[in-house]
Formats: sequence, structure tokens, C-alpha cells
Amino acid sequence: MTTDSAHAPATPRTAASGARPADHRRTGTPRPRRRNRDTVAGYVFLSPWLLGFVGLTLGPMLASLYLAFTDYNLFTAPEWTGLENLTRMAGDERFWDSVRITLIYVLVGTPIKLAAALAVAMLLNYKARGTGFFRSAFYAPSLIGASVSIALVWRAMFSTEGPVDSTLNLFGINMGGWIGNPSLIMPMMILLAVWQFGAPMVIFLAGLKGVPAELYEAASVDGAKSWRKFISVTVPMLSPVIFFNLLLEMINAFQIFASAYIIGSGTGGPGGATNFYTVYLYTRAFANNQMGYASAMAWVLLLAVGVLAFILFRTSKSWVHYAGDSK
Amino acid sequence: MTTIESNPAVPVPVDPDHRRQSGPRRRPMRRHLPTALWIVGIAALTAVVLYPLLWMFSASFKPNAEFGSNQGLLPENPTFDNFVKVMQGIAGIPTWKFFLNSLILAVGAVIGTVISSSMAAYAFSRITFKGSKILFAAMIGTLLLPFHVLIIPQYIIFRNLGLIDTFWPLLAGKFLATEAFFVFLMVQFIRNLPRELDEAARIDGCGHGRIFLSITLPLIKPALITSSIFAFIWSWNDFLGPLLYLNSPDKYPLPLALNIFNDQTSTSDYGATIAISVLALLPVMLFFIIFQRFLVDGVATQGLKG
Repeated sequence: MTTDSAHAPATPRTAASGARPADHRRTGTPRPRRRNRDTVAGYVFLSPWLLGFVGLTLGPMLASLYLAFTDYNLFTAPEWTGLENLTRMAGDERFWDSVRITLIYVLVGTPIKLAAALAVAMLLNYKARGTGFFRSAFYAPSLIGASVSIALVWRAMFSTEGPVDSTLNLFGINMGGWIGNPSLIMPMMILLAVWQFGAPMVIFLAGLKGVPAELYEAASVDGAKSWRKFISVTVPMLSPVIFFNLLLEMINAFQIFASAYIIGSGTGGPGGATNFYTVYLYTRAFANNQMGYASAMAWVLLLAVGVLAFILFRTSKSWVHYAGDSK
Repeated sequence: MTTIESNPAVPVPVDPDHRRQSGPRRRPMRRHLPTALWIVGIAALTAVVLYPLLWMFSASFKPNAEFGSNQGLLPENPTFDNFVKVMQGIAGIPTWKFFLNSLILAVGAVIGTVISSSMAAYAFSRITFKGSKILFAAMIGTLLLPFHVLIIPQYIIFRNLGLIDTFWPLLAGKFLATEAFFVFLMVQFIRNLPRELDEAARIDGCGHGRIFLSITLPLIKPALITSSIFAFIWSWNDFLGPLLYLNSPDKYPLPLALNIFNDQTSTSDYGATIAISVLALLPVMLFFIIFQRFLVDGVATQGLKG
């Protein structure tokens, strides 16, 4: 460690240089020793993460890719079956049901959740001060919404005796209990997702604070009304944040598990209405011991998420504007 | 949406009295309407968002007979019976045991996450070494990776290691910084610290170990607190992990205990179900109330720079 100080005087630095360790190249003093030591130190500091990345992320990813082409029940060695898992999947009605349910949940639930998040963020941004309490209160559901406790509470609230039905009864609407009715499970699950609008709202709010006030003033001078300002100033200025939220929330929505599992009592019921993709994957893997089939399902999910992210990134060029862009 | 019409950056007085006195002179009359609407709107929204939590809390004091008959928010005959019943235990196991298991897992998760993630973040943000860029990109990639791709091989690994039905599979990932969110959060924080302190320490002969321990760690305390709270709450709420790895009920953390409770009694015993849900959420809510600013700001920075 002490050799470092011997080198130090050779590279006088100004306070504003923001000096990086690779600086010696600029000053012309060769310091190979320091560079080697940095590499060693880098990998020492990174070793826990690296071990986790290789052992618990990259390795398992490749292993599940291999298992996707096998028949594996956990007790006998995996048996190579080629594309059989995929062809079985194509003819598996429960698989397609789970795809349909999950896609509805992702493609309907996420936009509603983000619209709610943006609307509330704009409402809070209307005031410059005194909104901290509301920001925190609205964020709270995001922190606990995916827990088993809330799933149980949701079940109770939407049951025949629960407060939702009794409130609707006051208005002469009789739903007859949401829990037992397969066609009402999806609206209930989407309501649970929308209730957790707080996390994207906080991110939107931070983005809104960064929109320069002059832009709104300029729009006002040009005679723009509020809707026009929203479309021409807020949305373009916020588009990177909208993109970020859309990507993250969609990927998260694909992975909904605990709430669906608890509300459906682990069976996917009633009538398969809570048989979300991950619930079905879990059932196949850990109730039926079909690790090969479940791995194939996992990779289909990964590819679906990848394709979705790819489409979002590709289309983002036309609607996401970064500061400093000429557009 | 109609209420958003003024420049968001202009502070509008919130105090109604103040508004009434100084408002007409300073601002056009039509300003009053949006502000009043804003207050009504935000109050209604708060009521709707917090209603499930209020209902849950108050319903835990309702005797079972009141479910279905008493539609009001408040119980007519408040009782502690639900809590007494729940604290007696589930499936022959005392309820405190589930709390203890959850606590062990959550504290382990916090310790593991803080150590491993801060080390990785320091390497990514303060050390220049071969391969750091590609590894950083890989780390960001895991942010978007669906967890379900990993559960089957991970299960097989821990099964071959003979670690099924122990806490190790649930803690190993925490000590190996597999949750990229935390590494990313800390990287963002360290990058905003002035480098001059590091350079000064280096000139004084400090190596990376000393700089990390004596300079970086104390300076990123806010990020460490945010990460600790998130790690605690996520571990506390985790359901899939324990569901995969734990078989013996005496090792169950709260989410699994709630699940057996759900299987056994869900249709008949609303009071007890809600009471145990409240108990399980209580620590999280307390954490949230104490540390809300850390949590909300953590989420906000993640989005801004992501």
C-alpha cells in the first residue's frame, strides 16, 4: 500500500480534475503496478457479486435452457427430448389459458396503473409544497401490495360479506361476491395492481419536477390550454420516465405470483381464473415434478419479456425524447 | 386533469385562511376553484387509497358475527378475540415462532445485502479494471431478468447441496448481491460523491480497502439505510422463496404461516385471518412510517437515473 504514496507526487492534480485512476496516461507517468493492483482489488471487491452472478444467475439460466429440451422429474437423470416440451405446450389448453390471463393482466392492468400514476403525480405536482404526506401515503400500497397479508385482505374485501359488495349494494349493484366468480377475478386482480400505483407515481413526480417551468410559460404565451400543454410539453418531456416505468411495470406484471396464488388458494381457481403464467409454471414444476416442461415455460417467458422489451426499445426512438436531442 | 392548469413551479399557498386574505389581490379569482378542487380531489383519493388499510385494521377488532352484518367501517363491539385466537398458534406451532423465523431471515437479508452490494458498488464505481464495463452491463441486465427462469436450477443446486428445508437457500443470494437493484442504487450514490476525498486518502497511502471502509461507507449511509429497509421488507414479504425451500412448519416465516391459515380457515374465520394479516404487516408499516422519506427518495432516484 505504501508504494502508492511514492507515485503520488508524480501526478499533481487540481481539485476540479475529477481524477480517475487511469489518469497516469494523460500525465505520461507509466504506472502498470497500480493498474494491476486495481484489477486485483476490483475482482476482490466484486467477488461476492461475481460468485452470485455465475452460480445463481448465469449458470442457472443456461441450465434451465438445457432442461427446457429434456424430460426431468428431479429423481432420474434428465432425458433429452428435443422440442417435445414445446410441441406439448402448443397443445396444452391450460398453458394457453395462463398465457391469455397473464397477457390481459399485463396489457390492460399496466396502462391503467401507469395512467393513474401519472394523473396523481400531476395532481401532486400542482402544489409545490405540503405534498410529502400524500406522496408517502400513496406509495405505501406499493410496498405491501404483493404480500400474502394484502392478498388475504383483498379476498375478504371482495367476498360476499366484504365491504366492496356491500358498498355497491347501496347503489343497487349486486355483484354476488367477486371471489367465487371467475369473470370477476381479473378486474379484482387489476384493481389490486392499480392500487399499487405509488411506485411509478413517485418516479413520475421526480420527472415532473425536472420539466423546466419556462416551457409551460412559453406554451401559455402561445395560447396553449391545459390539454395542449399536457400533450406538447408534459408527455414529451416525461417520455424517458414513461418508457422506464412502462418497461419495468410490464416486466413485473408478467411475474405476478403471490397474490394470484393466495387468492386462488394455490389451485388456480376459481375456474382457472387465477391460473397466471407463473402459478402454472410453479404447479408444473413443484406439484407435478415436470422440471423440463416448466423450464421450457420459463424460457418462453424470458423470450416473451425479451421480445416485449425489444419492441419497446425499437418504438421508443419515435416517442422517447432525451434532453439535448434535436427533435 | 382539469385542475392542472397553472404553472406547476409556482407555489400556491395551501393554508385556506391565508388564501382568502391575500388571494384576491395577488391572484386572479379563478385560481380559487382549482385549489378547492385540488383539496377535495386529493382528500377523496387519500380516502380511497388508504381505505383497504383502514378497513383491515378496524376489521381485525370485529367479532366474526359482524362480518356481513355490520357494513360500517368501525366494529360495533370491538374485541381482541381475533388476536388472542391467532396468537395461540397455527397448526400446533406458536405464532411467535413464525415471527422469529421471519425476523432471522430479514435480518440476515439486510446484513448480506449491505455487505455484498456495497462491495460490488464500490468496485463498479471507483475501481478501473479490465472487464468492469461488461460486468456492469450484465448486472444491469439482471435487473430485467424474470426470476422464474432461475428458480428450477437454483432449486436443483440447493437440493444437491442438501440445503432444502434450511434458511441457507433464502440467504445465499443476499450475501452474493444477486439483487441488482441494491448494487445499482449504491453505484448511483457513490458516483455522486466527490472523488477528491478518495484521491487525498490515496496520496496518504490508503488502499482500496481503507478507502472503502473509512470514506465510502460512511458517506453512503443514506443509500445503505434505504437498501437495508427495502431488503428487510422484501424478505419479510417474500412468499415464493420460502414456499420453494421450506417444508417443516416450525421453520415457516409469516407468509407461509398465513398460507396455511388461509387453507384451514379462510371461509369461516374472517376475523382471525385479518388479525394475523395485520400482525404480519405491522413491522413493515412501522418501518415505513419511520423511514418513509428514505424509501420514497430511493425509488425516485432509481427512476430519474435509470
